[in-house]
Amino acid sequence: MPRLIEYREAIREALDEELARDPMVVVMGEEVAQYNGAYKVTKGLWEKWGDKRMVDTPISEAGFIGMGIGASMLGVRPVMELMFWSFYTVAWDQIVNNAAMVRYMSGGKINCPIVIRGPANGGTNVGATHSHTPENIMASFPGMKCVVPSNAYDAKGLLKAAIRDNDPVMFMESTKLYGEKWDVPANEDLPNGELVIPLGVADVKREGTDLSLIAHGRAVITCLEAAKRLEEEHGIHCEVVDLRTIRPLDEDTIFDSVRKTHKAIYVEEGKPFCGVGAQIAYMIQERCFDDLDAPVLRVNSLDAPAIYSPPLENLQLPYADVIIEKALSIA
Amino acid sequence: MPKALSPNLPSQAPINQALKPSDKVDLYRTMVRIRKFEQRSLNSYQSGKVGGFLHLYIGQESVVVGTQSLLGANDHTITAYRNHGHGLAAGMNMNECMAELYGRATGCSKGKGGSMHYFAPDKNYWGGHGIVAGQTPLGTGLAYGLKYRGLKGCALAFLGDGAVNQGSFHESLNLAALWDLPIIYVIENNGYSMGTSQRRSSAYPSCLAERAEGYGMAWDQFDGTNLYEVRARTQVAIERAHNESKPTLLEIATYRWEGHSVADAMKTVYRTKEEIEKYQREHDPIMVWKEILISENIATEAELKQIDRAAQKEADEAADFAEVSPYPEPESIFDDVYWETDNKTEAGNTGRHFFND
Repeated sequence: MPRLIEYREAIREALDEELARDPMVVVMGEEVAQYNGAYKVTKGLWEKWGDKRMVDTPISEAGFIGMGIGASMLGVRPVMELMFWSFYTVAWDQIVNNAAMVRYMSGGKINCPIVIRGPANGGTNVGATHSHTPENIMASFPGMKCVVPSNAYDAKGLLKAAIRDNDPVMFMESTKLYGEKWDVPANEDLPNGELVIPLGVADVKREGTDLSLIAHGRAVITCLEAAKRLEEEHGIHCEVVDLRTIRPLDEDTIFDSVRKTHKAIYVEEGKPFCGVGAQIAYMIQERCFDDLDAPVLRVNSLDAPAIYSPPLENLQLPYADVIIEKALSIA
Repeated sequence: MPKALSPNLPSQAPINQALKPSDKVDLYRTMVRIRKFEQRSLNSYQSGKVGGFLHLYIGQESVVVGTQSLLGANDHTITAYRNHGHGLAAGMNMNECMAELYGRATGCSKGKGGSMHYFAPDKNYWGGHGIVAGQTPLGTGLAYGLKYRGLKGCALAFLGDGAVNQGSFHESLNLAALWDLPIIYVIENNGYSMGTSQRRSSAYPSCLAERAEGYGMAWDQFDGTNLYEVRARTQVAIERAHNESKPTLLEIATYRWEGHSVADAMKTVYRTKEEIEKYQREHDPIMVWKEILISENIATEAELKQIDRAAQKEADEAADFAEVSPYPEPESIFDDVYWETDNKTEAGNTGRHFFND
């Protein structure tokens, strides 16, 4: 009997379980406590855990993210919510120079066990300032980890691992997925009694033989839709590989898939230039050159700031038709 | 401009009355050790043995020595890039500090941080930060961590007068006041944010610290030349943090004798030679303290000279130590990036962490 829960509930369960497991875990962010979260991810947690563990912050990202990093140096394990990952820009100095670099610059004397989480997606008609998808930026800095779950099951398991990780983890969700439901088994139905998914393990979401669609985050869902149609309408059997975490990266699962299908397309909601797909395509050509029957292609958001106008915004983000067209071009 | 010493005799404050003669000599020794270290590192820089930036603390020694001398087991410090004095005052040794300037494996950060990035968390000293005011939210977090863990302590977050216009500093003040955090922000006001004077860079009522009024935060402003004054006035803030868990903004007037960094060729252009010499003559914290020790019959001139010589020797030996120390091994470039890979944990062994083709 599947237990269908929303993506946001899966995140909430992970937070709740980690709050219970470790008294050093504290959830902070704008509207996370008394307001129950701008997207209701943290609904009910303040009522259950109170002011000490669930902290409403002012709109002050540089201040409270930096404060969380400082507290993490003393052993507190803050899970910081950015209402939108788009707001990383105002906390960027703290994230990149302090969370990501302080361990290195101190010769390993300090570590920052902090998670910064929140939605990082476009497609919600809110314009360019609130539609950033900075996972390529986060993943490009050694010292940080970058996690992008595509579904509720992964979101719960990966968030629990991220909170237990002793390095700074940038955890990126999607408001477009918050209300979607997936089967997430109850703890009592799991062999280990809980769901923890290690960072750095990719997941083959659909087996296939003809073409590898490789993706992270919500683009995985788009790939699954495209794969279904490619099979039904064109008899092309796509494999869908979900990175789950960009850094650390499970490259073996990517290479194994490409060696099987001999063709690959990277799909992501980020922009093409210096995107995650650029790195993955580079790695595939370098390691699987003789296995490839076609150039590695990419599907990204169209290369302009996120447009507001709803019908055009839908065209700007990757959608199944674009993936199908690209797939047919190398089929 | 520094004001005259307050008339209510800071030397008579209980915290100063509690000083034993040997404590007072130790304060002198620490100030002299900082100065000799800085002078020696300047020599090394000028002879091309040390690269990068070098922001010298000469002239400001009393600020960190006075404040640090008040701290206990649960009190923590953090500062910006002019941080050698803070490291030494916290108890770091000259060898590790000098070797860091030389980029050696024996440096306090294994040669990975350089001049601006000294750290000694085992001594409650959290660096050593390169971005102006970027350390102030971290200091706020140290205070938050102390409060969260139920420890009676405080954080001292030092910053320069050039840092007071950064947003992260104001955000820190707001959070500290909002949540009653046990922190003291210490503006070490040396009058110049790099080459721009306070008047040319900041808008303020009577002084920079008065901005605390806007956050309903306690504040104080005083001259930092005399250790008695620094200790007496800072102690009030520490007690406020310890006993009431309330923040304070302190502004301590001081003066840097050298440029913003050693590379500051304009140091006698944006301020006059006369001004520099006046501070060297009348506000040298080491000379002032020396005169106090002699007048109180705690030490003789000869005894203090002996301390000067020992500090000079220690600094010279630190430079010798640094010079013969090995550079870090190339493989160490990938150490100290991730805790999990350093500790060879399962998480550290899962997935690829480094991307060097």
